[in-house]
Amino acid sequence: MNAFLSRIRALFDGDRASHSVVPPSGYTANLTVFTAAAMSFLAVFAIALSVATDRLADHWAGELARTATVRISAPADQVAAQTQAALRVLETTPGVAEARAFEAEEQMALLTPWFGPDLPVETLPIPQLIEVVEDEQGLDAEGLKLRLAAEVPGAIFDDHTRWRRPLVAAASRLQTLGLVSIVIIAGATAAMITLAANSALAANAQIIGVLRLVGARDIFIARAFVRRFTFRAFAGGVLGAVLATIALLFLPNTEEAGGFLTGLSFVGWNWLLPLAVPFLAGFVAYAATRFAALRVLKGLT
Amino acid sequence: MIELKNAAYNYGGRDLLSGLSLKLSPGSFHFLTGPSGAGKTTFLKLCYMELQATAGQVNVFGKDVTTLSRDEIAKTRSRIGVVHQECKFLDHLPLTANVCLPLTATGREVNPDDLRDLLAWVGLDGHADSLPPQLSGGERQRAALARAVIMAPDIILADEPTGNVDWEMSQRLLRLLVELNKMGKTIMIATHDLNLIRAAKNQVNSRVLRISNHKLQLAGADL
Ligand SMILES: Nc1ncnc2c1ncn2[C@@H]1O[C@H](COP(=O)(O)OP(=O)(O)O)[C@@H](O)[C@H]1O
Ligand SMILES: [Mg+2]
Repeated sequence: MNAFLSRIRALFDGDRASHSVVPPSGYTANLTVFTAAAMSFLAVFAIALSVATDRLADHWAGELARTATVRISAPADQVAAQTQAALRVLETTPGVAEARAFEAEEQMALLTPWFGPDLPVETLPIPQLIEVVEDEQGLDAEGLKLRLAAEVPGAIFDDHTRWRRPLVAAASRLQTLGLVSIVIIAGATAAMITLAANSALAANAQIIGVLRLVGARDIFIARAFVRRFTFRAFAGGVLGAVLATIALLFLPNTEEAGGFLTGLSFVGWNWLLPLAVPFLAGFVAYAATRFAALRVLKGLT
Repeated sequence: MIELKNAAYNYGGRDLLSGLSLKLSPGSFHFLTGPSGAGKTTFLKLCYMELQATAGQVNVFGKDVTTLSRDEIAKTRSRIGVVHQECKFLDHLPLTANVCLPLTATGREVNPDDLRDLLAWVGLDGHADSLPPQLSGGERQRAALARAVIMAPDIILADEPTGNVDWEMSQRLLRLLVELNKMGKTIMIATHDLNLIRAAKNQVNSRVLRISNHKLQLAGADL
C-alpha cells in the first residue's frame, strides 16, 4: 500500500523531467480524453441503473413480504356481514399474522388521489378492503381462495405476490446487468488505453532508445507515458461523470409524477457515487499504461 | 574497466567479430580502426551493453554483463559516456535539455554553472536554446560529446566523432577528447580516418586497435 502511495506521489510531483521528455501529442491526447469521457458517462448510467434497480427490488420485495388484500363486493346491506365472515375465515387461516378491515376514512384517503376530496364515498358502492399481513411461513393462496369462495361469496383475494415476484427477479437481474456493464466498461477502457499507449510508445521509439542509452531506467521512461495517460483519463472521467450527473439531475422526477416507479436516478448519498468514476478511469489508465510500457521496454536492449 | 574474454558477435549469420580479447585500463587512450563495415560500431555496442556477446564474456567494471539486470545496465551506462555515430537527440527539446538528459533521466540536479562551462568548453554557448535539428553536423557532434561527459563518466566511447565534420572541426573534437584523457578518463575512439590517428600521435600516448578478418589486432606503431 505504501509502495503504491509513493508511486502515486511520484506521478504527481516527482518527475516533471520525465514528463517533458516525450513530446506533446495534441490529437491522440484528445482522443484519449474523449474515450475516457464517453466511458465514464456510460459508467455513471450503469451505476444509476444498478442502484435504482436495487432500490426497486428492495421496495417490491418489502411490499411482497407485507401484504395481500381481500376485497368485498356485495350489495350494500350485506357488506358488513360478509366482512365479518371474511375476517373470521382469515383468523383461522394458517399463515395469516393479521387481518384488518380498512376504516371508511382510510379507504377515502386511498381514493382521494384518483377522485378528488369531494367524493361522497358513503353513497358509492365501493368495495370494502381487508388488509392481510402474512407471517413468516406465508399462506396457501389457493386454499384461502377456495374457503372464501365457499363461505363469503363477495370476497376476492388479491395475491400481490403473484405479479410482484417476477418483477423482483427482473429487478435483481437488471442490477446484475448494471454491475456487469461497469466491469465491461472498465475493461473496454483498459483495452483502449492500452492501444493508445502502445501507439504512443511506438511513435516515440527513438526517444525511448535515446533515453535508454543515456542511462534512464525503465520506470523513468514508463512514468513519462503513465503520467500522461492517467491524467488524460482522469480529466476525461471528470468530464463524462459531470455530464452524466447533470443529465440524471434533469430527469423528470417520477416521485412527483405519483407512481411507485423510482426511476433511473440517485437518491441521497448515491449522488456521491459518480465522484468515484474519474478515479476509477484514472486508475484503469494508470495500470494499463504501466503494464503496456514496461512490457514494451522489456523488449529493448 | 572493460574487459573482453574471447568474445564473439554475429547478427544471425556467421561471426562478424570473434575471439575478441582486450582489457581497457583506466586512463588509457585507444583508437579503434578498420574499414567501413568491419564491425567498429558493433564492437562499441558490446562495450556499452547495447548488444550482448554471442560467445565468450564481456565484463564492465568487473561485472559479467550477462548477469546484470536491466536497471543495473542503466546504472552502469551512466558511468560510460557514449558519442554515437548518428547523434540521436530529443528533437523537441533545446540543446541544454538534451545535454542534461543523462542527469534528468537519473533524477540528478543540474548545476547551471557547470552546464555553462561545459557548453563553453565544446563551443556551443551561443546555441543553448537551439533545437537539435537546427544544428550543423559539427555542432551536433560537440553536443553529443557534451552529453556524453556531463555525468563525469569514467569511460568515453566515441563512434566516428569526426565522421561528418571538416578537418579543422575534427582537430577541435580530438583536442577535447585528449583533454578529457588528461583528466584521467579512459577513451576509445572508433574511426576509419588514419589522418586523425596520426594527428593524435604527438598529443597523447595512444594505442591503435584494428579490426580485420573479424579479429581485433593491436596495430604496429607505424601507420
Ligand atoms: N542490426 C544489424 N543487423 C544485421 N546486420 C548488422 C546490423 N548492424 C550492423 N550490421 C552489419 O554488421 C556489419 C558491421 O557493422 P558496423 O559494426 O556498423 O561496422 P562499422 O561501424 O565498422 O562500419 C556490417 O556489415 C553491417 O551491415
Ligand atoms: Mg560504424
